[in-house]
Amino acid sequence: MRDVAVLSYAQTPYVRTERVRNEVEMLMPIIDEVVKKAGIPRQEIGFTCSGSTDYLAGQSFSFVMAVDAVGAWPPIMESHVEMDGAWALYEAWIKIQCGEVDSALIFSFGRSSMGETAETMTLQTDPYTMAPLGPDSISMAALQARCGLDAGLFSERDMAEVAARNRRNALTNPEAQLAGEFDVEALLAAPYRVSPLRDHDCPPITDGAAAMVIAAADVARDVSDKPVWIRGIDHRLDCHQLGSRDLTKSPSTRLAGEHAGVSSGKIDIAELHAPFSHQEIILKNALGLDDDVRINPSGGALAANPIMSAGLARIGEASRQISGGAASRAVAHATSGPCLQQNLVCVLEG
Amino acid sequence: MSEEREPVTQIITPVRVAYTYTPGIASERFLRGCKEGKLLGGVCDACGRVYIPSRGACPRCAAPTSKFKELSDQGTIITFCIVRVPAANIDVELPYCTANILLDGADLSFTGLIQGCSFEEVRIGMRVQAVWKPESEWDYSVGNIEHFHPLDEPDIPFKDLKGYS
Amino acid sequence: MAEHAAVIGIGQTDFDAKRVDVSQVGLIREAAERALADAELDWKDIDAVVIGKAPDMFEGVMMPELFLAEALGGVGKPMLRVHTAGSVGGSTAIVAASLVQSGVHERVLTVAYEKQSESNAMWALSIKMPFTPTMVAGAGGFFAPLIRGYMERSGAPEDTGIRVALKDRLNALKNPVAHLKLPDVTFEMIQNSPMLWDPIRYLETCPSSDGACALVIGNEKHGRAASRPAAWIHATNMKTEPTMFAGRDQVMPKAGLECSEELYKKAGITDPRKEIDCAEIYVPFSWFEPMWMENLHFAPINEGWKMTYEGATALDGDLPVNMSGGVLSTNAIGASGMVRFAEAAMQVRGQAGDHQIDGARKALGHAYGGGSQYFSMWIVADQPLQ
Repeated sequence: MRDVAVLSYAQTPYVRTERVRNEVEMLMPIIDEVVKKAGIPRQEIGFTCSGSTDYLAGQSFSFVMAVDAVGAWPPIMESHVEMDGAWALYEAWIKIQCGEVDSALIFSFGRSSMGETAETMTLQTDPYTMAPLGPDSISMAALQARCGLDAGLFSERDMAEVAARNRRNALTNPEAQLAGEFDVEALLAAPYRVSPLRDHDCPPITDGAAAMVIAAADVARDVSDKPVWIRGIDHRLDCHQLGSRDLTKSPSTRLAGEHAGVSSGKIDIAELHAPFSHQEIILKNALGLDDDVRINPSGGALAANPIMSAGLARIGEASRQISGGAASRAVAHATSGPCLQQNLVCVLEG
Repeated sequence: MSEEREPVTQIITPVRVAYTYTPGIASERFLRGCKEGKLLGGVCDACGRVYIPSRGACPRCAAPTSKFKELSDQGTIITFCIVRVPAANIDVELPYCTANILLDGADLSFTGLIQGCSFEEVRIGMRVQAVWKPESEWDYSVGNIEHFHPLDEPDIPFKDLKGYS
Repeated sequence: MAEHAAVIGIGQTDFDAKRVDVSQVGLIREAAERALADAELDWKDIDAVVIGKAPDMFEGVMMPELFLAEALGGVGKPMLRVHTAGSVGGSTAIVAASLVQSGVHERVLTVAYEKQSESNAMWALSIKMPFTPTMVAGAGGFFAPLIRGYMERSGAPEDTGIRVALKDRLNALKNPVAHLKLPDVTFEMIQNSPMLWDPIRYLETCPSSDGACALVIGNEKHGRAASRPAAWIHATNMKTEPTMFAGRDQVMPKAGLECSEELYKKAGITDPRKEIDCAEIYVPFSWFEPMWMENLHFAPINEGWKMTYEGATALDGDLPVNMSGGVLSTNAIGASGMVRFAEAAMQVRGQAGDHQIDGARKALGHAYGGGSQYFSMWIVADQPLQ
């Protein structure tokens, strides 16, 4: 296996609604930034891969317009996944492993504000047996939270504490959308949005984009004195039918974590893509993280949930923690699908 | 006694999702121009080429088109086709002729409707002029131009159009 | 490339306008099971799954890899979903191959599909976007002017497209899974069919099909151990250019010219016309055959039409093209690119039955998408690349 490093990461400031710029205008500055910071001339970047979904953009082939922001001239080797940017990163990492290219640009984007996000996510469910019932993403997460509460795995207080901690952490993140000091008692006194989830247990609606440059070791060492190494990266999938699995566990996260080598060293920080508060607890358990691991210094998905970038952002934020000297070994995670169905785990080291 | 019925092979599950679109900075500038009867091309910050309508970037350079330039509403046909089947998003009586038109001053063509001559007369290199709807009907849309009709000017030779098709 | 990869199993569904006999799941599994059977493998032998299809709005399911997890034996495995517009079937195969070439996985299942009858592809392709009313009448309205541009540049005879359509439609009669079969097709029938977007006639256009294609790709160990001959992947390449920019040649896109040039170099091919025995290329409108002959460096610029005219691309020509009947006979959009890659592999494995080119040892699979801006290609052969 070739050693691959994260050279640079950039993201748009995360906002509730991006009304002024279109996706291309959002992407241009961060792609520019991330390429410059990486120190590799744009024309020499071997591969480009993006993550996005038509259902956020409200049109077919919506990823095509994003190519305008990349500078695909002369023509480039480029691909796209209709998934979170974390999986675009995976495809790019594989491409580098093949030896065909030595560096890659990854980006992702989405304007959740344009549609009715929770309802749109219903369309991810089985079109014959689930979607016609109309289960939106918040209701499905609520089912999962209920399972965990009933099993005694966590309490509503535990969930509120997760929410409060993430939003407090977000105070140090200039791009975070929701940041602040929240009193747990006050949070618990609030009414349910969809029982047993309250507003604070749910992610915000976020518009945003993220971009990253990675490179193989020989290139990385040439251009950077602080490459952040991807020591392991893997992703797995659980079954789709909610009734066919134990929603309080995340076997695909555990499996991906094993394959990515989470336990082969001490973890300082973990960036976990948990759009719902109870999911952070489930993920922490699945990855076998100790209580001394600092979770989501960025504020996580509860502070900003730019769908299609939130996973890539966890990897980016973890890489920043390492390059900034706050951690030497980190785990970053990305999720997709209802109730943590699909999970990607990445281990980073400085 | 059992009833013989056809097996169910399909179910229809209507889906409705509502989206609020915003055009973006460059598109907004272009659309405001349309409202005033002006065709504004976006100029690439890096290479100076002119795009109409601009979506915000010059794709060659991945640079913004921050400045705008007013273009003529006359242009040249780069290529064309005669459409004889309905398209869901177009409300024009069949058959009709659409053409890729390079407006004077632009570096990229866009598609417009050609009327005012027979299909046999439409040709690559033909000079055309925009025909606008009445000003009272103008909106924030390039649809303010109803169609393009032939201009009484000599054709542009094909060899001079090569870079635009 | 780090590791050799080979196609060890191929499966295609029976393509048709409406496969009402199966759900989306049934359709995909039909292809996947055929591929597994061809590879003499079972679901548990697969390490990872890659799926590809065109826009989700075609079937109304967002990110379908999620609901297909159980159906494709994906539980506990990595599953990726690729989407690169019309070239997606090809890019999906390339991503699947790279999972093996990287050394990360040993055997990968990849499926590309489209069940257009379950949604409204016409609608999905022409959603009325505010702020951008367009006069481009769908794919036909976009490509017809480009074809006219090619005719102007090359001076190709007006009936070149008809000849391509006739050849592909006759070839389809020899392909058991092809969708559109016209046993009585003649030159006149095509010539007299209604003109849709001048110069494209009805019978020079692809149908809309339901269908899926699946491949099992294995590493060298599994390629050599396979009981049926493997199709060794010599080279893959993908290239993209933006849809519209000043100075773009949309008729002869540079992305395509460069993609094929690099592909041949990677595969050690110096004279593609001579060294490649046959090709499956993405021709949704007849005139794309001569245009792609040039884009693929099989013919000099403006002379691609001569290959059609001279019969070079016929089954008994020196470079048969679209032996399967091509996209003109079957177009399940998401699947079509992979079908091209699969048919190329079938040729070098000697499994193409009635449309087999005798002695085919090296073949090209090609797909394109978007506004002729996405290209994905591969070269497969009966032996690994030396």
